[in-house]
Amino acid sequence: MNAAILVQAAGEFTRTSGGEAATFWVLAPVAVLAALGMVLARSAVHGALLLVVNLFCLAVFYLLQDAPFLGFVQIIVYTGAIMVLFLFVLMLVGVDSADSLVETLRGQRMAAIVLGAGFAGLLVFPIGGVISGTKAAGLAAANNGGNIQAIARLLFTDYVFAFEIVSALLIIAAVGAMILAHRERAGGKITQKEMLRRRFAAGGPVTPVPGPGVYARPQAADVTPALPPASDDPGHPGDSGDSAGGDADSPHPVGAGKGAAR
Amino acid sequence: MNPANYLILSALLFTIGAVGVLLRRNAIVVFMCVELMLNAANLTLVTFSRINGTLDGQIIAFFVMVVAAAEVVIGLAVILTIFRTRRSASVDDVNLLKY
Repeated sequence: MNAAILVQAAGEFTRTSGGEAATFWVLAPVAVLAALGMVLARSAVHGALLLVVNLFCLAVFYLLQDAPFLGFVQIIVYTGAIMVLFLFVLMLVGVDSADSLVETLRGQRMAAIVLGAGFAGLLVFPIGGVISGTKAAGLAAANNGGNIQAIARLLFTDYVFAFEIVSALLIIAAVGAMILAHRERAGGKITQKEMLRRRFAAGGPVTPVPGPGVYARPQAADVTPALPPASDDPGHPGDSGDSAGGDADSPHPVGAGKGAAR
Repeated sequence: MNPANYLILSALLFTIGAVGVLLRRNAIVVFMCVELMLNAANLTLVTFSRINGTLDGQIIAFFVMVVAAAEVVIGLAVILTIFRTRRSASVDDVNLLKY
């Protein structure tokens, strides 16, 4: 319901051409700067966040151009799902795996910038000159009865085979990602016995250590915890001297009581 | 407003993405630049859809988004697999076929 109102508002805003121009000229520099920042940012996480800004600007451009369905899909799929996936992988790989700035091919950076400038000039000036006089036919007729309905009508009639093939592609991608991310365990599964043996072999406390503020060593229910003492041993407050029922005179030696069964 | 402005913007974004693919060495950043190029192409498709007054461009842009989602899943899984064996996400470390 809210989305419908929002779409209608966006449409109203679009029809006044001045509003569209203002939105475009505000958001286009933001999109370009965010894209440049993504390329230039040293940290990959900053790059990912700047890409989110850029994709959001593109979503607004879709809304401006009578494509509300694509605009919302852009926000949900790209800035929602895909960028979260990117951030997950960034965190898995390690944020500190910074980009090395060593040039492995000599002169590659300069050549890339020159090629990019040439490519931009080629795209913008001749093609831009050819299309600069075009008038948009507008989507008012095609969107008659709703953009989403019109897209659905096309998708399930003219493009239904492409739709089916894409569904197969998505299933293959999901299975492929599972196969690629699956890792065979080297050396078999660690049993509980093995885990216990390792814990005892390492020395140190075998039971889980009580949380901060709990004045007891064992976590057994029948051991009364000590009061917070005026201790001379700040590290282990429960240990000190004649504490009432601490683990100094505990009937449970460490590792044999109920606490060790955890 | 003249729709050619959107086309010029998308050309600029595509170029920035292409330069990023050439410049950066981190595989994940290269991948994000590829996403930027795909989105620039999508903006072109949506603009052409508006210029022509038909919705076919929007349908193709929708398919591009779906394929890009599948591509991201597989690509990131490949990057993770390489990271497990090489402990690095740099594209320069994957050079076993070079010699």
